[in-house]
Amino acid sequence: MIELQHVTKLYPASSRPALDDVSTEIDKGEFVFLIGSSGSGKSTFLRLLLKEDDPTKGNVIVNGKTLNTMSKWQVPKLRRTIGCVFQDFRLLRNRTVAQNVAFALEVINKPQRTIKRVVPEVLEMVGLEGKAQRLPSELSGGEQQRVAIARAFVNRPLVLLADEPTGNLDPETSEGIMLLLERINRTGTTVVMATHDYHIVDSMRRRVIELNGGALTRDQSRGVYGVGR
Amino acid sequence: MRVNFVLSEVATGLRRNLTMTVAMILTTAISLGLMGTGLLIAGMISDMKEIYYDKVQVSIFLADDVTDEQRSAIEQQLAGSPEVANHIYESKDEAYARFQQQFSQQPELVQNTPADALPESFRVELVNPERYEVIAAEFPNGQNGVDQVRDEGDFLDRLFSLLNGARNATIAVAVVQALAALLLISNTIQLAAFNRRNETNIMRLVGASRWYTQLPFILEAALAGLIGALLAIGGLVVTKVLFVDKTLAGPIRAGIIPPVDWGAIAFISPVIAAAGVGLAGVAAYVTLRLYVRI
Ligand SMILES: Nc1ncnc2c1ncn2[C@@H]1O[C@H](COP(=O)(O)OP(=O)(O)O)[C@@H](O)[C@H]1O
Ligand SMILES: [Mg+2]
Repeated sequence: MIELQHVTKLYPASSRPALDDVSTEIDKGEFVFLIGSSGSGKSTFLRLLLKEDDPTKGNVIVNGKTLNTMSKWQVPKLRRTIGCVFQDFRLLRNRTVAQNVAFALEVINKPQRTIKRVVPEVLEMVGLEGKAQRLPSELSGGEQQRVAIARAFVNRPLVLLADEPTGNLDPETSEGIMLLLERINRTGTTVVMATHDYHIVDSMRRRVIELNGGALTRDQSRGVYGVGR
Repeated sequence: MRVNFVLSEVATGLRRNLTMTVAMILTTAISLGLMGTGLLIAGMISDMKEIYYDKVQVSIFLADDVTDEQRSAIEQQLAGSPEVANHIYESKDEAYARFQQQFSQQPELVQNTPADALPESFRVELVNPERYEVIAAEFPNGQNGVDQVRDEGDFLDRLFSLLNGARNATIAVAVVQALAALLLISNTIQLAAFNRRNETNIMRLVGASRWYTQLPFILEAALAGLIGALLAIGGLVVTKVLFVDKTLAGPIRAGIIPPVDWGAIAFISPVIAAAGVGLAGVAAYVTLRLYVRI
């Protein structure tokens, strides 16, 4: 499903690699936490999976496709199979909740008929039925993140990447978001979530991949945030 | 492709950068208008060459005291010369009539010119226009009733080099303006892409095709190019009606300057429109490729 083979990423104008010879494999349907302190390379890891950037060395394989050799025009097709969510939600401020979700389908040419059907479905799934006509500014942070998750999931991606999705949220709200991600994971979607929130990691007891200065220092199933914490 | 989506994005884009859009349209219009003017002058030059070079290459002006024998001797010599393709005789009266018509806009000039001031002449068309010297040698100035032999071709050459210069200058300014227009288009598109970076970032992440993401920007530029082209064509029409047809009416009727007819404008209009749309669209595409991550 997802495989990194000796992946090194060196940003131009930086001497220390953001990822340093990282190899790992993530199977279909897994739920994986990507942990590590700020600057340890979590976001870089996720960006490489999206082919937002290319590794300096090594291979990245997603959904059976080797990204290094993938041509530019094939990238949109890859991204249609990957949903992503960020700490800052990235909603369009001048569009309603429903329009924000529909936007993701419109720009990949889904028929209007399909959009009319699936947008309310996914809004109900994330618990936002009845708030479809609100603007993002009229929602709480947790609700905004739910919209972002709905947008990422509405096209039923094989993989959901979440980069610190609870970074801006209080613990209770975060818990709701985690329940939602778990529910998405139960539909068979692989979820990779970068975080440094140890409460969440410790309570979920899922696979943990730890990065430290770009190097993979731990890969543990049913792990906790800090060893011996 | 969702037409509504693309069109509403284009409209929003143009409205959001109104000042840049106006600047972009105006520079494009000026550039295209000058380009059209250059093309019209080029057409005019070739029309004029037809009018002039075909008719007259050498004028033989006769002396005031020329006798009938001298005149018919000249005529016979012209008729018998293998160098001469054609010749016509213009009497003093005909010369004056033509003068009156040429300068109908300047009545004082016509009034102050006595009816017999203009000399009679033979207008000669040569088999080979370059062979002026031969004819000039056959009719020495001031002898046998000949006052002066003049190479009209020489004058025309200078006239046409002047007109060609005017055409080249117009086109050169058009090119400089086009460069300015291209830079403005590139700038506007970069600004538009920056304004819409949230949308395009999301489009990129959810897997919208490059084409889908870029099309609104390219159409935005192409539409501005089209509006610029329409303004330029309008400018040419106004110039024809208000300047060429009014101010130059006299010389045009006299046959000195060929008219700018609607056919010529109709012919270059699609060229201008295509140039406007094409250049703007290509400029936008290249800008997106080079400067904007989409
Ligand atoms: N676009 C970039 N250009 C240069 N250096 C970068 C860039 N993005 C990240 N980095 C560097 O790479 C390292 C890893 O960053 P990142 O992957 O964002 O870590 P994390 O998400 O774990 O905080 C950091 O040292 C960061 O400064
Ligand atoms: Mg990060």
